[in-house]
Amino acid sequence: MTITFAREEIQQTLKMIHEENLDIRTITMGISLLDCCSEEISRMEMKVYDKITKYAGKLVSVGEQISARYGIPIINKRVSVTPIAIAAAHLNTEEMVRIAKVLDRAARESGINFIGGFSALVQKGFTTGDLALIDAIPQALSETEFVCSSVNIGTTKAGINMDAVLKMGEVILKCAQLTADKDGIAAAKLVVFCNAPEDNPFMAGAFHGVGEPESVINVGVSGPGVVAKVVKQFPEADFSELSNLIKQTAFKITRMGELIGRAASKSLNVPFGIVDLSLAPTPAIGDSVAEILENMGLERCGTHGTTAALALLNDAVKKGGAMASSHVGGLSGAFIPVSEDAGMVEAVEVGALTLDKLEAMTCVCSVGLDMIALPGDVTAETLAAIIADEAAIGMINKKTTAVRLIPAIGKKAGERVEFGGLLGGAPVMAIHPFASNMFVKRGGRIPAPIISLTN
Amino acid sequence: MTSPSEESNRAIITVLGRDQIGIIAWVSGRLAEYHVNILDISQTIVKDFFTMIMVVDLEPATLELIELARTLDQEGNDKGLQVKVQHEDIFTFMHRI
Repeated sequence: MTITFAREEIQQTLKMIHEENLDIRTITMGISLLDCCSEEISRMEMKVYDKITKYAGKLVSVGEQISARYGIPIINKRVSVTPIAIAAAHLNTEEMVRIAKVLDRAARESGINFIGGFSALVQKGFTTGDLALIDAIPQALSETEFVCSSVNIGTTKAGINMDAVLKMGEVILKCAQLTADKDGIAAAKLVVFCNAPEDNPFMAGAFHGVGEPESVINVGVSGPGVVAKVVKQFPEADFSELSNLIKQTAFKITRMGELIGRAASKSLNVPFGIVDLSLAPTPAIGDSVAEILENMGLERCGTHGTTAALALLNDAVKKGGAMASSHVGGLSGAFIPVSEDAGMVEAVEVGALTLDKLEAMTCVCSVGLDMIALPGDVTAETLAAIIADEAAIGMINKKTTAVRLIPAIGKKAGERVEFGGLLGGAPVMAIHPFASNMFVKRGGRIPAPIISLTN
Repeated sequence: MTSPSEESNRAIITVLGRDQIGIIAWVSGRLAEYHVNILDISQTIVKDFFTMIMVVDLEPATLELIELARTLDQEGNDKGLQVKVQHEDIFTFMHRI
């Protein structure tokens, strides 16, 4: 075997990891719970607990071994399960809460950070299981620590279920009210989707879709800091050059995901699903998507030109990443969560970034209105209207959009909320004072758009 | 596409820190003790700042990569040096197809 190591390559890799916050954001193991159904609730609890702890029992230790072997941090080890509204469709609301608590216990026992899949897919209407699950969400999320929930209320193929949208407005508000003493943390663990992907490794929206295998390993990479540094180094680069620089960097970041995913898959003897190409920021300084946009030449993220900058970034990340991995999936794009990104928080604080601008930005990047604190007196109807806007963007543009809003009970625009850890903290953002009540209460479904007729 | 060379047991050792007498003697002494074979070594000193990159083979070694990494990291810390031991794939995989 020849030894061909370029000094520059070794130094660059080390610099990316140690100075620019390159890490593997998450290894997420998807586990099917379709075979855990049982009419007897206590038996079902046992089956769910046993299956998750059996499959994910080694996830954390294997993750730590791989991290030590390659010298790259793996921040989160997580589990996603079959949407509970499908796996436990026969249960009532009270029993759904019991399942959430079992998921929580299994997560604690396995040592993982989060477990996703307390979920329902209701884009075209509710089953009795869907209704029971949705009604259980506020209690389930406020009485558990690790459980994450998501509800898909629209798709490009089905349109938007506006009854579900209104219901989710109410559920988000209730989540925040039940955990008002913790700045509404339950709402931070709940995502409302349009076009939800079935193989997303990122929380809070991860679930194990019904088209997925028995078990699977999906990997989410990170690295806004690495991209920000490269962009900063070349202030003179024109847009073609800029795009190429980002593509090359995204390639390298994604290769790490591919390497770690394959290694984890082999060690755990579980098939490797996908690498999610997302640029996921953290509250750490220098790990910000807003900083990338500002390094491109914007005085502040949120000013005029931000949408164009984000569009270029998002596209270049996908182009670079797609080449680096055999299977790409999940959300794959730049995330713009507010509380989890120090640069976004600053941009809000100086008045550069507003809710309306964030909505525009979600047209050209991954996900949507994410980790945004709203005034505590926001109504369920206004929350529903915000969800509807975001879902419409997803439906028409054939992309995933999501909403994770946290009503800050007792707080007004400009005050701060703190969630801690990776969730960060953020200023409460202003909303429009005009009502949308009549609109969101019409009921029924917004029909699927003409672009859905692709056959 | 290259697959992770799980069968390979080669690692890259990097040492960073202020230059001092005996850095290479210490690392190579430790490696000999654990039967780790040195395949390649290069070092530079820029303004008193020492950088060494070593390619080693752990095939004949008496300890695992992770244990070697832990040992050198701890002992390096005491000497004011940052020492990393990483499987070679992290470097080959990142930069090459």
